[in-house]
Amino acid sequence: MPELTAVDRQIIDNLQGEFPICERPYAEVAERLGISENELLQSLERLLADKVLTRFGPMYQIERMGGAFVLAALAVPETRYEEVTALVNALPQVAHNYRREHALNMWFVLATETQGGIAEAVARIERDTGLAVYAFPKEREFFVEMKLEARL
Amino acid sequence: MDEIDRALIVATQGGLPLVARPYHTIGEQIGIAGEEVMRRMQALLNGGIIRRIGAVPNHYAIGWTANGMTVWDVVDDKVDQLGPLVGALPFVTHSYRRPRALPAWPYNLFAMVHGSSREECSAKALEIRAMLGDACRTNDILYSTRILKKTGLRIGA
Repeated sequence: MPELTAVDRQIIDNLQGEFPICERPYAEVAERLGISENELLQSLERLLADKVLTRFGPMYQIERMGGAFVLAALAVPETRYEEVTALVNALPQVAHNYRREHALNMWFVLATETQGGIAEAVARIERDTGLAVYAFPKEREFFVEMKLEARL
Repeated sequence: MDEIDRALIVATQGGLPLVARPYHTIGEQIGIAGEEVMRRMQALLNGGIIRRIGAVPNHYAIGWTANGMTVWDVVDDKVDQLGPLVGALPFVTHSYRRPRALPAWPYNLFAMVHGSSREECSAKALEIRAMLGDACRTNDILYSTRILKKTGLRIGA
């Protein structure tokens, strides 16, 4: 992993939300951070290219648009892990996917524009992989605030 | 939400353009004025359709190399009372109640914890364990060992 500069850390710690909606938002943020607009844009480009950031932009809450997010898991035989990863990741409805240490060793989030889209995606994954999908829709959200400061 | 909002989502779900006037660039892409893009983005933000606008870091790359999904089998009549307390712990980033899948999966409370080491995560899990007390029958922690995909939402054009 590339080393983070002081500016990188500032960006990571100050820009996980509240990016302004105005004509020159990068200029506004850059001024707050004490750097130039150009330096901010170049740093963001590099952090994205180096995969330190996976994205920069709005995070949508699809449930507020009539859609659904569902956490789901598979128990994938080790010999088929790469193949099944490719099949699951090929679906645009799969927003994230993580390998985890457990008999249920693949955990992914389905994000679909309609409620019915979830069942469709689950059926498609079961058909493509021949494995049973365990779906864990949230019944209650107790807390969500996915912000972590840079620790390097 | 109308067709223009939808076009706005499709145009921005992968990220904002890294140019001086990003909202104007988006406007040019979908055929509306930059001011209209800003007005609509603000409305989507106010309505909670946009949760936030900013950077999404790769946890591993910024030093959080141990990421554990802690899972708990909490008695049904206590889970809704204890869930918010677990969610309020400063180190829990998400917490949900989800259905069990018996017999394979007895857990109904999920809470994500992060650290620089597994020891740090398991110490945090112990704090949750203490908070749940007798209401918790069994628990586990599932560490992630690889990010297989992290693109976020993608709706069709």
